[in-house]
Amino acid sequence: MKSRHKKLIAIGLGVAGLGIIVALVLNAFQDNLVFFYTPTQVAAGEAPEGRAFRIGGLVEMESVRREADGLTVRFLVTDTAQSIPVVYKGILPDLFKEGKGVVAEGKIADGGVFAATQVLAKHDENYMPPEAAHAVEQAQKAQATLAK
Amino acid sequence: MIPELGHFVLIIALVLAIIQGTLPLIGAHRGNVALMALARPTAQGQFVFIAIAFGCLAWSFLVNDFSVENVARNSFSQLPEVYRITATWGSHEGSLLLWVLMLAFWTMAVSVFSRHLPDDMVARVIGVMGLISVGFLAFLLLTSNPFDRLLPPAPDGRDMNPLLQDWGMIIHPPMLYMGYVGFAVAFAFAIAALISGKLDAAWARWSRPWTTVAWAFLTLGIALGSWWAYRELGWGGWWFWDPTENASFMPWLAGTALIHSLAVTEKRGAFKAWTVLLALTAFSLSLLGTFLVRSGVLSSVHAFATDPTRGAFILGFLAVVIGGSLVLFAWRAPKMLTGGSFNWFSREAMLLANNVILLAAMGSVLLGTLYPLFMDALGLGKISVGPPYFNAVFVPVMAPALFLMGIGPLARWRDASLPDLFTRLKWALAVAVATGLLLPLTLDGFNPWATLGFALAAWILLTVLIGFRERMRNGARLASLPRAFWGMQMAHMGLALGVAGITLVANYEQERDVRMNIGDHTTLAGYTFTFKGTTERPGPNYRAARGTIEVSKGGKTLYVLHPEKRIYNASGMAMTEAAVRYSLTSDLYVALGEPLDETAKAWAVRVYHKPFINWLWIGALFLVVGGFLAASDRRYRIAVKKLEAPAGAAAQGA
Repeated sequence: MKSRHKKLIAIGLGVAGLGIIVALVLNAFQDNLVFFYTPTQVAAGEAPEGRAFRIGGLVEMESVRREADGLTVRFLVTDTAQSIPVVYKGILPDLFKEGKGVVAEGKIADGGVFAATQVLAKHDENYMPPEAAHAVEQAQKAQATLAK
Repeated sequence: MIPELGHFVLIIALVLAIIQGTLPLIGAHRGNVALMALARPTAQGQFVFIAIAFGCLAWSFLVNDFSVENVARNSFSQLPEVYRITATWGSHEGSLLLWVLMLAFWTMAVSVFSRHLPDDMVARVIGVMGLISVGFLAFLLLTSNPFDRLLPPAPDGRDMNPLLQDWGMIIHPPMLYMGYVGFAVAFAFAIAALISGKLDAAWARWSRPWTTVAWAFLTLGIALGSWWAYRELGWGGWWFWDPTENASFMPWLAGTALIHSLAVTEKRGAFKAWTVLLALTAFSLSLLGTFLVRSGVLSSVHAFATDPTRGAFILGFLAVVIGGSLVLFAWRAPKMLTGGSFNWFSREAMLLANNVILLAAMGSVLLGTLYPLFMDALGLGKISVGPPYFNAVFVPVMAPALFLMGIGPLARWRDASLPDLFTRLKWALAVAVATGLLLPLTLDGFNPWATLGFALAAWILLTVLIGFRERMRNGARLASLPRAFWGMQMAHMGLALGVAGITLVANYEQERDVRMNIGDHTTLAGYTFTFKGTTERPGPNYRAARGTIEVSKGGKTLYVLHPEKRIYNASGMAMTEAAVRYSLTSDLYVALGEPLDETAKAWAVRVYHKPFINWLWIGALFLVVGGFLAASDRRYRIAVKKLEAPAGAAAQGA
């Protein structure tokens, strides 16, 4: 084999390798994008079924209930227009509080309950997760237009 | 008075930076020795003034001067002294001041350790660093003055974020910034070489130790950040693929590619343009990291305030630096494309493959980090890209690089022979594959990811040992091997340890969330955890519920762990302080969730068993030590005396 051929093979292998990497990246990317929906959107049925997504808003006041096992928690996430029931089993982050902003990731389970696999911790108490702020803002905008 | 003094000297530093960033460059262009000679004194003067400014800010924090807005927002009279000092860089303004302090420090180091460099090179390198400093000092003074007064003064401070009150946070930011900013040196060398047109092996030799030291600091900074997250966030995780982590990881990947490509440029004179491009990339990513983390685009512990003017300033600065350096590159680089030739199977080719893979990995991280931001900015919806994406991409992309890492250092430059390498490495290959296949069987049954991880870790370790053996067979003694070789070997070994640790902890960790009343117990990985209740314990600036958990095995009590749930006085913020029993083979990790009844007798408790997680940080330490060793190699110091290193020693080093 001439060295020119070897070079061509090496370049071919390199291009093929890069192609595989790009395909892998884009494929994984497609599968793992997590979209965000506001409680209003979820209530309107816009959220996908069977695929994980994120929901955000405020933890509704006096909505947090603990089940007997001590670890399963139920609460409502609201954007002040609509509320979505959420169930989560596990330890909640330190800054989870009624009336404060929250973002949860999970799927819609039976009975329209959002089964969260993860409730996101935020690092600062006065800080509102941007997704949660966005949800409340959207809902208030919608109400303002309705009022007119 | 002290804050005003700090503000004033910062302005003087900016003036000096403007002189440093212009006159020496003009001098180098015109061959004016007097102008070039300004580079060193202005750089050193700038360092002194910035250090004074930093001292003034630290002093204001130490004496609780709540008339300074920055202090009032980020400190608290009950905060322990050591954290009051670290609070200096716990805020947006203070951390930027730390950034410019580091930059001034690196510039001063260049001005001191550059006697062997031609004057015009020194003038250009220091000049370029001066320009970067102008950008950051202007940013500080115009948008983020750390010395702004508050009228009337606040009666007390709002306290530092409790998460940052940890000694891991004391050293994480300085180390990380040493790394970020250190790439400015590699960047300045690259720009200087582009301007002068002298892009040769000597240039690579000069910039190599600087780059390696910066890389070692960055590695240390990232490792400390990860270690802090592990202990402090209460989730027992060590890497979350959080955008702020990615922000520091991208320059690290580019920097790793750079130190390897610099090796080729120095030894073989090849990859010149590529190396320059990597140097520009590494620093641009450092700036991007600073932008992402500091502009408030990302929501995290690092984002202090969302101020659009700040974001716009950094974005503009970023555009100038990246755009300007790329234009310069496009203009100058085509004239320098003369490199050493090499065969498609050689050490050069393998290092090239390593570079391509590292950059592909960097690109995939970049995509996952920036795509959600773009979508949001364009109003196309809010999305997030989580750990599953990064894990799915990163592991398969990096695996070939780890495999090549075993072969590269043993392959010959220019032209390596595949049959020869196979003869030398067949036993290592067989043992590595056997380890990968058999080890999981003794643990938990066959597991392809564990097999891959173990095989790669064993492969790297064995090839490192073969590297030592072959050197010694040639008659060299271990102690007499060049430090560059030792450094490379240690770093590669560190990666092997890290891969082994990651494989073990990712595949064999166990965790459980349980409700525990006093006297309840739960068993995990053979250990029995018994909850003995909580007691109230006051801290300097918080109140804590301190739990007591006994860990026993076979009826014998081994350890008593005290996890805490703290409520901080100033902010009312709750924080979990996990209790960890560290050991070389496994960590026992206990964290308190929340009280589950009114009397706080029963608690939600999280228990983890983390096998071999400490190997990760030990591995990172190997990388750091390896980096420093390599940078201290004799031949860089010989170059100082303008002597050529013996050809044999130079050709054999990494």
